Amino acid sequence: MNKSHIDRDLDLKTVGQKPTRFGYADALLALGEADPRVVVLDADLAKSTLTGRFAEKFPGRFFDCGIAEQNMLGIAGGLALAGKIPFVNTYGVFLAGRAWDQIRTSVCYGELNVKVVGAHGGLSVGPDGATHQALEEIALMRVLPNMRVIVPCDSNEARKATLAAAKLDGPVYIRLGREPTPVITTEATPFRFGQAETYRNGRDVAVFACGLMVYLALIAAEKLAQLGISARVINLHTVKPIDEKLTVKAAMECRAAVTCEEHQVMAGFGSAVAEVLARKCPVPVEMVGVRDSFGESGEPWELLKKYKLTDEDIVKAVVRVIKRKKQR
Amino acid sequence: MNVSRIRDTARQLRRDIVEMTHCAGSGHPGGSLSAAEIMAVLYFHVMRHDPARPQWEARDRFYLSKGHACPVLYAALGEDGYFATAEFKRFRKLGSLLQGHPHRLKTPGVEASSGSLGQGLSLAAGTALGLRMDKRKSRVFCLLGDGELQEGQVWEAAMAAGHFRLDNLCAVVDYNNLQIDGAVEQVMGLAPLADKWRAFRWNALEVDGHSVDALVSAFDRAANTRGKPTVLLAKTVKGKGVSFMEDKAEWHGRAPNREEYEKAMEELT
Repeated sequence: MNKSHIDRDLDLKTVGQKPTRFGYADALLALGEADPRVVVLDADLAKSTLTGRFAEKFPGRFFDCGIAEQNMLGIAGGLALAGKIPFVNTYGVFLAGRAWDQIRTSVCYGELNVKVVGAHGGLSVGPDGATHQALEEIALMRVLPNMRVIVPCDSNEARKATLAAAKLDGPVYIRLGREPTPVITTEATPFRFGQAETYRNGRDVAVFACGLMVYLALIAAEKLAQLGISARVINLHTVKPIDEKLTVKAAMECRAAVTCEEHQVMAGFGSAVAEVLARKCPVPVEMVGVRDSFGESGEPWELLKKYKLTDEDIVKAVVRVIKRKKQR
Repeated sequence: MNVSRIRDTARQLRRDIVEMTHCAGSGHPGGSLSAAEIMAVLYFHVMRHDPARPQWEARDRFYLSKGHACPVLYAALGEDGYFATAEFKRFRKLGSLLQGHPHRLKTPGVEASSGSLGQGLSLAAGTALGLRMDKRKSRVFCLLGDGELQEGQVWEAAMAAGHFRLDNLCAVVDYNNLQIDGAVEQVMGLAPLADKWRAFRWNALEVDGHSVDALVSAFDRAANTRGKPTVLLAKTVKGKGVSFMEDKAEWHGRAPNREEYEKAMEELT
């Protein structure tokens, strides 16, 4: 169905790769042109988060707040109170974690129009190791009232998500990655905030994924097809507010679900899906994600393998969930 | 300027504070009473604002960083006509405009939500930055507690405001030297406080926080200072105006009962 909207060549050796932060940086430049209210803040990581590109073009609208994330959130809140649309940037750990109370009280409680953009989400951060691999932001952010959470699956989607976030009034968290990851969507692929997209049709199992895991879920679905299992793959880029309608419909039709996230399974993306399914369509669910542990140093793809976040792990989870479905 | 009228207003704010906390049966009278003159001077003399137009673009902004002292803010806003003073009796009650800590979406005139200490100065600095970008003349005021200065974020904000040379920003520290666990200098010392702010590139003024004249002239000096933000270190007495509450840490977060209420109101006539 919607497969025409995603890139057909998914072979890791040949698929184009780009970090999601690239798409984000492009969107910031476009927003800078389009809306003078857009301002950008960083905490001494403008080269890494790529906000430096915005700073070069719009120096009067870029504020480096130094290595002081809690204050940066407050400065952003204050700018929002003065009518600006601030985009706040640093690594996810230092935003969602270190500045959580500022996001809670100053930004979310006050319903301030602040966009919080966490770079370096997930294990794929790689060699920097556990301290810099954010594995908790989805949980920390989605629990906050008024906060919206988007996890783009690739660079193209990161660009669209950023443009969409700018149009929303109020707080939004966008989770980005460091490493080049497969670009699976095209310019034409639809992105609608709050609406999940089915990237592959299937009837035996609904595979829900966000971020990099969407790509891996598509690869897994190819492999499952060879085993005679028809897997539906859904890109749930907006984790909050979650697309309940499409989530329930997919579970209703497939009668089994697997969730995939580059994040702790506890309270994270899989939990968000499970919260919906437990209430509205309780089918067997298996979760692929990090299991209550920190990451470590290593190359991105090595880490995904070690922490069981590969396409093969998704295949195994699907096989498990289908077995459970048959036992019911 | 009519000094005696501002003094009268400060006394009225104190009466409101005692009434609010008594009716609520909880709340924070001590650190509200200590800021009565500061708030009376700000809302009834220094700040440009209009209760009929809380969102007036050219208004000056006030952010209460020590959110627990909201009775004094609510008193100023209510007395100035942002909402009916009858609401004072509903402070901290279910469905009230007047939350236990300030919420911008509940109370007309409240500019920022606060309650978790240490966050207000960052918000104030951000707004000062935004107003300056738009070449607006509005000034931003922020009231902090002295105990609150133990929060690291305050110094991050101080560093940023000094760095950005935000001369449209004026902080006031309600320097009553008491916090919940005792004397500030004993719990976690701040002295020498003026030197600290100056080291962060601020214009620091030490002032008697109960003297209307001294406060007015300090705010004037702040308005005429270019290239750096100003902080008023306003020496105050916690619980000021109610004899049995003065300089007592226990009145940080305890409400007067019926008898105490009557005694306090008698003293404040």
